[in-house]
Amino acid sequence: MKKQIHLRVNDMDRRLEVEARTTLLDAVREQLGLTGAKLGCDMQVCGACTLLLDGKPVSACSFLAVDADGAEILTIEGLSGTSALHPLQEAFMEFGALQCGYCTSGFILTAKALLDEQPRPSEEQIKDYLGGNFCRCGCYQEIMEAVKKVAGC
Amino acid sequence: MEPAAIGKTFRRLDYETKVTGRAQYLADMSVPGMCHGKILRSPYPHARIIRIDASKARAVPGVVAVLTRDDILHDEGIEPFYGPVFKDQTIVAVEKVRHVGDPVAAVAALTVDAAEEALRSIEVDYEELPAVLSVDDALKPGAPLVHESVKLPASGFADLAELKPIEGTNVCTHFRLNRGDIQKGFAAADRIFEDTFTLPATQHSFLETHACIASVEPGGRITVWATTQNPFVVRTQLANIFKVPVSKVRVIVPYLGGGYGGKVYPKVEPITVALAQKAGRPVRLMLTREEVFYTITKHAAVIKMKTGVKSDGTLVARECEIHLDTGAYAEIGPRVAKKSGYTAAGPYRIPNLKIDSYSVYTNKPPAGAFRGFGVSQSAWAVESQMDIIAAALKIDPLALRKQNGYDEGDKFVTEETLRAVGLKQCLDEVARSIGWGRMEQSSNGAVEQWSRGKNIKRGKGIACMIKATITPSISSAVVKLNEDASLSIYTGTVEMGQGSETVMAQIAGQELGIPLETIQVLGVDTDVVPYDLTTSSSRSTFHMGKAVQLAARDILSQLKQIVAKEYGVPEDQVTFADGKIRLPEAQLNYSDVMFKRFGMQGGTLVGEGQVKTSTKNEFGEKSTSAFWFLAAGAAEVEVDVETGKLSLVKYAAAVDVGKAINPLGCRQQLNGAAITGIGQALFEEIAYDNGQPINPNLVDYVLPSLGDMPESIDPISVETPDPNGPFGAKGIGESALIPVAPAIANAVFDAVGVRIKDLPIKAEKIFLALEEMKAKGR
Repeated sequence: MKKQIHLRVNDMDRRLEVEARTTLLDAVREQLGLTGAKLGCDMQVCGACTLLLDGKPVSACSFLAVDADGAEILTIEGLSGTSALHPLQEAFMEFGALQCGYCTSGFILTAKALLDEQPRPSEEQIKDYLGGNFCRCGCYQEIMEAVKKVAGC
Repeated sequence: MEPAAIGKTFRRLDYETKVTGRAQYLADMSVPGMCHGKILRSPYPHARIIRIDASKARAVPGVVAVLTRDDILHDEGIEPFYGPVFKDQTIVAVEKVRHVGDPVAAVAALTVDAAEEALRSIEVDYEELPAVLSVDDALKPGAPLVHESVKLPASGFADLAELKPIEGTNVCTHFRLNRGDIQKGFAAADRIFEDTFTLPATQHSFLETHACIASVEPGGRITVWATTQNPFVVRTQLANIFKVPVSKVRVIVPYLGGGYGGKVYPKVEPITVALAQKAGRPVRLMLTREEVFYTITKHAAVIKMKTGVKSDGTLVARECEIHLDTGAYAEIGPRVAKKSGYTAAGPYRIPNLKIDSYSVYTNKPPAGAFRGFGVSQSAWAVESQMDIIAAALKIDPLALRKQNGYDEGDKFVTEETLRAVGLKQCLDEVARSIGWGRMEQSSNGAVEQWSRGKNIKRGKGIACMIKATITPSISSAVVKLNEDASLSIYTGTVEMGQGSETVMAQIAGQELGIPLETIQVLGVDTDVVPYDLTTSSSRSTFHMGKAVQLAARDILSQLKQIVAKEYGVPEDQVTFADGKIRLPEAQLNYSDVMFKRFGMQGGTLVGEGQVKTSTKNEFGEKSTSAFWFLAAGAAEVEVDVETGKLSLVKYAAAVDVGKAINPLGCRQQLNGAAITGIGQALFEEIAYDNGQPINPNLVDYVLPSLGDMPESIDPISVETPDPNGPFGAKGIGESALIPVAPAIANAVFDAVGVRIKDLPIKAEKIFLALEEMKAKGR
C-alpha cells in the first residue's frame, strides 16, 4: 500500500508516494535521483548512507521514508550552493580526506552535524561523533585534519 | 593556471565530483529497460545437486528469466567453465556446490521483490557430501575432493604455466623454490628456530559491493558496466565464456568504491551477462553485503618456518612450508601462493632455501587477491621469526634486519639482481620516527619507565618487507592533443580511490608543460581505451604512468615534425619549455602549430605509449618483477598485563616510492594501507561454523574506525628512483600494509614478553599467553 509523504529536501518541497517499507535511502536515491548517499552495510553501522534529518544524522538505509514525513532532509547535493562549496568539502579536498569517495558524503554530512552542535569539538569528540562512519581506504588521519581545520582547532 | 608537475601535490581530479556527491558509481546507474537480478546460493559447504525445479519461479509475476545449470550446459553459445588460472568455475553450479554461497540459480525480474520471491520458489534437492573445511582436513589422505578433476585453459598466464592441480588430491598448486644446499646450510647454523604461524581469512569490505549491469544485443554484442579492477581480463573471460571475439564485448567501469584486490578477475559479470542474454533485456545485479563474503576473501594460511642462524645473527638456511586456503575455486590463488613462496625468505640474503608453497582447495568461499597478495601471509611469519631470533641471540631487531637485509645489487631468491633497493632507508626512517632504542628495556623486554601504572607496559616493534609486481604485463596509453592545446588521456587504469587520474595527468602535464586544468582523464571503456592488463599489484603508476609519459613524448615528437615541415626549421633546433615551442628566433604555442597543421580551428594529434615488461631484465637474467617494493613499519604499543588489552599508540610506515609524483597521494596510500593493516592485525577475521561464515556483515565483521586510530601514523616516502619508472616512480599501494601485523606483534613481545603467532592479535590471546608465562614461573 502506498502512502504519500511530504519532505523538504535540500530546500525544495517534494511529495513522494512510497510503500510503508520503503527506506529513506531508496526514496531519496531512486525517486529523487539524489545518489550521493550510498548503500554500504545495509545495517546502520557504516555511515555511507548518512543524511541529515532536521539537522541530525540518520542512517537512511535503516530509516523508513514514512517516518520522515514532514521532515527537512539535507543530502550532500544540497550542502553547497552553485557558486561555492561548503568549507568541509573544501577541507576534505585540501587534506586528502577521501580516496574512493564512497563514504565521503556520509562523513561530510556527519561532520557538519557535529560542527553545528559543537563548533569547537575536541579530538575525542570528533572520534566519537564520526566513529560510526567507515572509510575502508583508511583516510581517518586526513579526515581528522580536515574536520579540525574547519572547526578552527 | 600553473603547469602541471610531478613531485608536487595537486588537488585530485576526482575530488570535486566526489565531495559534491555527483561522482557516478555503478549503483547510481541504470539503463533503459533494465531489470533486476538475484542469485540463489548454496546453503551447504559441499553437496551434490540431485534436482532443480524452477518452474514455479518462472510463473512468478514479473519474472523475465530464470537461469539454472540446464541453460549453461545445453547452450552451444556458452562455454560453461571459466576462471583466471584454471577453468574450475561455472556460472551456476553444475554437478556439485562447493561452498556455502556457491551460486545455484539466478533470476531476472522487473522488480527486486519479484526476483527474490522467485528465488524462494526454486526447488533444489541436495545430497550433502562430507566437506573439507580447513587446509589440514583437505590434505588428509582420503579426504573428500573439492574437485574430482580440473580443466586447464588452452592458454594461461605465462608466469603460472608450470603450476597444475595435483590429481586425486585437494592440492590446487604446489610452488617450489630451492636454492643452495639446504642440508649443508642447516649444518652450518649455530641455532635453528622452528615456528608455526597462522592467519585467518579476512574480507576486503569495500563499501561498494560487487555489481554489474549487462546488456546483450540481438547480434550478440555484449556490454557490461562493471565494478572491476581489470576490465580487459573481464573482457577476455566474457569473450571466452560467450564465444564471441573480444571486439564484441564492451566493458565500462565507472569510479569504484574501493577495490583492494577484491575486484580483480570475473566476479558477478558472467552470471549477469548470462541472465541478460536469457532475459533479452539489460539486467542489473548488485550483491548484498553478505554475498560479498561468499564471493571473495583473503587466503587464510598456515606457515611452518625453520631457520638456521649463525650466532652472530647471519641467516644461513630456511625451510618453509606455506599452506594457503584457497577455498572452493582456484581464482588467482596459485599466484598468491607463488608470491608467498618467493617472499618466504623476506628481504634477506639467505643462501640456502627450501620453500614449498601450496594453494589448497577447501569447501569455503574462494580466496583471491587481497592488498598484499601473499606477502602479508609470508611476512607475518618471516618478520615475527626475525624477532624470535633477535631475542634469542640478544641482537637488536633493527640491527639483525640491517645485517641480513638486501642492499642494492644483491640477488633475490630467484638469482635476479635487485635494483633501487631502499630497504635500509625505510628501516632507519621508521626507527627514527618512533624513537627506536630510546627506552631502557628490562630483562623480559618490559619497558619500565614508560609504564603508565604498574599494569600498563609499553613496547616497540619493527618489521619490513620486499614484494614483486606482476611480470610480465602490458599497459598502453593514448593521449589526444586537441586544437586548443588541451589534452585528453585514455587509459585502462581504473580509478578506485588510489588517485591514478591525477598521477597520469601530472605526468602528461609535466612532459607537455600544460596545466592540470586543461587535462581530462577519460573513464575506462574497453571500446575506447587501449589495452591494460590490470589495476592491481601496485602497478599503475610505474606501468601506465610510463605509457602516458611515452604517449606525451610522442605528441612532442609529432609537434617537432610539424614545426619542421610547416615553419622550415630543422627538427634539432626545435625545443620545448613551459608548454611552448621554442625556435631559434620565435616561440610558438601548441595551438598555433595545430592551426597551421590543420588549416582551421580543429584537428587532433594522437600520441601513443606502450609498456611491456618482460621475463628478462636488463642484466639478461630471468626476471620475476619489473621493479621491487621495499617498505618498513614500526609500532609502539601499550599492553595491560592484567587483561591483555592492547592499544596501538604510534605507527610509522616508510615506503620506497621511487619518486613521489603526488606527495599527498603517497601519504594517503601509506596511511590507508597502514590502517587496513591495523584491522588485519588487531581484529579482522571471518569466522566459520561448518563452512558457514557466521559474521558476513559489518556489524560482526568489524572494520577499523576513527576510534581505532593510534595517536599518530607517520607516513614516510623514501625515494630510491627506479630507472624504468616514470621519473623514477615505483608502485606504493600495498607496501605499507604488509609490515603492520608483525611490527605490532613484535611490539607486544617487547612490552610484555609474549609471542603471538596467530592473527589477529586479540586481547584474549595476549591474556592467555601472559597467564601461561606466569604459570611457568618466569
